[in-house]
Amino acid sequence: MAMIADDIAKFIKAALPDAEVVIDDLRGDGDHYAATIKSAAFKGKSRVQQHQMVYQALQGRMGTELHALQLTTHPLDA
Amino acid sequence: MSETATFDRIKDDIATNPVVLYMKGTPVFPQCGFSAGVVQVLSRLGVKFKGIDVLADPSIRQGIKEFAQWPTIPQLYVKGEFVGGADIVREMYMNGELATLLKDKGIEIKE
Repeated sequence: MAMIADDIAKFIKAALPDAEVVIDDLRGDGDHYAATIKSAAFKGKSRVQQHQMVYQALQGRMGTELHALQLTTHPLDA
Repeated sequence: MSETATFDRIKDDIATNPVVLYMKGTPVFPQCGFSAGVVQVLSRLGVKFKGIDVLADPSIRQGIKEFAQWPTIPQLYVKGEFVGGADIVREMYMNGELATLLKDKGIEIKE
């Protein structure tokens, strides 16, 4: 079952309330997305840790319901 | 294979090979665009690496996700350390961080 862009943003914002989230549906097929996420919560974290925070926000959907989510994360100054 | 046995195999693979890419397909025939992208980056840098095809082994395919707490394939390891997936590797290649990391870890690359 594919996820829609709004759901992805909703899960991310639930975990990272300050996050600015931009989702692009790369192929228009509801299965390949790109997300650019800015949050102060990323500050001081490695890229791997930042992406892990996003994956945690998606609660196991990444790699199952969601096949492809290209991630770009940016720490914001709090 | 039990989870412990799978983790032991992963630990052994990333300890004995300086650069390891867990991927879908093989370096010559990647079966997924994201895996192909990382192979391309490593090839451009002239890095020798061991490709491990997760499609050939379901226990590794699941085990590597739990091992790194990372839900997707590909996964790149340098000197036993998880570097990132397709997005991070691409970003680090573009801004030169990947070349620096490889050199710092004593991996030979093409300048």
